Amino acid sequence: MIRAQSVTKRFGRVEAVSGVSFDLEQGRSIALWGSNGAGKTTLIRCLLGVIRFKGRVEIGGASVRRRGRHARAMIGYVPQELAFHDDARLGAAMLFFARLRGVSRTRAAESLAVVGLSGHERKRVRDLSGGMKQRLALAVALLSDPPLIILDEPTSNLDAAGRGEVVETLQRLRQAGKTLLFASHRPDEVISLADRVLVMERGEVVRDTTPVDLWPTEKPVQVVRLYLTMASESAAAAVLREAGHAVHLNGHGLCVAVPRDRKAEPIAALARQEIEVRDIEVLDDVEIPEVKR
Amino acid sequence: MSSVATNSTPLGIGRVPVPSRLSGTVRFAQREFRDAIASKWFLLYTIAFTVLAVGVSFLSLSGVGSHGFAGFGRTTAGLLNLIMLVVPLMALTAGAGTIAGERERGTLLYLLAQPVSRTQVLFGKYIGLAASLVCSLCIGFGVSAGVLAWRAGGVGVGAFAMLVAFTALLALAMLSVGVLISVVSRRTTVATGLAMFAWLALVFVSDLGLMASSIVFKLRVQEIFALAAINPLQSFKMAVIVNMNASLDVLGPVGAYASHILGAGLPWILTASLTAWAVLPLGLAALLFARRGSV
Repeated sequence: MIRAQSVTKRFGRVEAVSGVSFDLEQGRSIALWGSNGAGKTTLIRCLLGVIRFKGRVEIGGASVRRRGRHARAMIGYVPQELAFHDDARLGAAMLFFARLRGVSRTRAAESLAVVGLSGHERKRVRDLSGGMKQRLALAVALLSDPPLIILDEPTSNLDAAGRGEVVETLQRLRQAGKTLLFASHRPDEVISLADRVLVMERGEVVRDTTPVDLWPTEKPVQVVRLYLTMASESAAAAVLREAGHAVHLNGHGLCVAVPRDRKAEPIAALARQEIEVRDIEVLDDVEIPEVKR
Repeated sequence: MSSVATNSTPLGIGRVPVPSRLSGTVRFAQREFRDAIASKWFLLYTIAFTVLAVGVSFLSLSGVGSHGFAGFGRTTAGLLNLIMLVVPLMALTAGAGTIAGERERGTLLYLLAQPVSRTQVLFGKYIGLAASLVCSLCIGFGVSAGVLAWRAGGVGVGAFAMLVAFTALLALAMLSVGVLISVVSRRTTVATGLAMFAWLALVFVSDLGLMASSIVFKLRVQEIFALAAINPLQSFKMAVIVNMNASLDVLGPVGAYASHILGAGLPWILTASLTAWAVLPLGLAALLFARRGSV
């Protein structure tokens, strides 16, 4: 479904994506995992063919560079934040995208029903809640029933209930045979939805692995957010990775996935290296399902 | 969320509809037109242009006692200056906001992620804005024609249609420049600022610059005419005067030279100049937009 070869994107002197190659078969799902600035969003934009890049990307056999329209017709894209005109009414916005994708008005209504937004057609986009906006983006992505859904941190702006709804819908899409590629900060989503995980750091894929290998535990896991001084975050991440923890920096502290009964372990590991932890927060709403081996 | 299935008849690879190039362009044009006529700027510009056009028509006819086409001729002369001031401002600012606005709101990326090309997005938006501008002008001219018919007892339909057509061409030319500005600007404020600068340059600076250049560099009459003809506003003014069967002698030695040397070819040269202003900046905008490395 996706074939990416040596995808490289530079912004001036910064290489945002560096020689990324991977294949994704139809019906499978892959997660892009990494801290902010790792290159996940830029890679997604390269896959969509909306920015110029070096290398080659094919979607269902169509090159995004030479046959961009055909490639994008096979993709339903859900951005991190809904990008509709605020004044637009939900029904009119859906109809515009339905016509743009060459599908009927009936299909637009069906898509809204799939994400539970039937009856809200007269509402303006600015009046929708975060969860409703994200469901609207999902409804647009599903309009032409594309075989591939690409999502850029689809739940990052949602509360726990909103996240649950989106993840549930994505699980149904997986069962329906859709191919998924998504960027996420959340281990629970990755474990629930992904067959494979591409771990990205500084624009490069440093690991092509599975959720089971990334979080090697059979015990229920929680995510603990550690607040450190900015200068020590990178060093702390290296120490924790060395100690076998799944870690990511997301600009709001250092998130570490730990077994429920060993939440203090990362703090102890950092203390041994004389790295001070200023504060700690247990993310109660992150429920990581038991990993099936 | 309700049902599980995304579609009862999955389309699969190769069966996903790919809209034609024309269809995508038309969709963007329709949306842009709808958004434009629902916007505040459209309402503001339409009201301003209509009020000014009616005002100019009314004042041109009052107190001179003339009727019919003679009255219309005087009105056209008044309207010309109004058009040269207001229409470029309307078109430049409308064009400048189009791509830069989408970029700033973050909606451009989402539009480009659909099965459309960048050229379709650009041309669709241009066509939609052009249609809304022409509508706005037609409202102003329509009301103005009503005033003329009421006060002067009639309107020279051919001459009036010619004035409307050249004004529409001027609007398309200025819109084209506005869209080019929009493509190269990352923010709406920058695009609007550049559009205002272009407006000032075209309306005031180029006229004064031509006068100053002709004195300083002792330009010959044909050089002055060439410089005037490549200015879209001067082309518009000369084209309207020439097409009203009036002599360009009213513009002085340069006008007399153009009428004498170019004769019947003059209206075509001026129309070609205006058309080039409508086509070339838009073509350059499409090229730059398509080759842009980022959103």
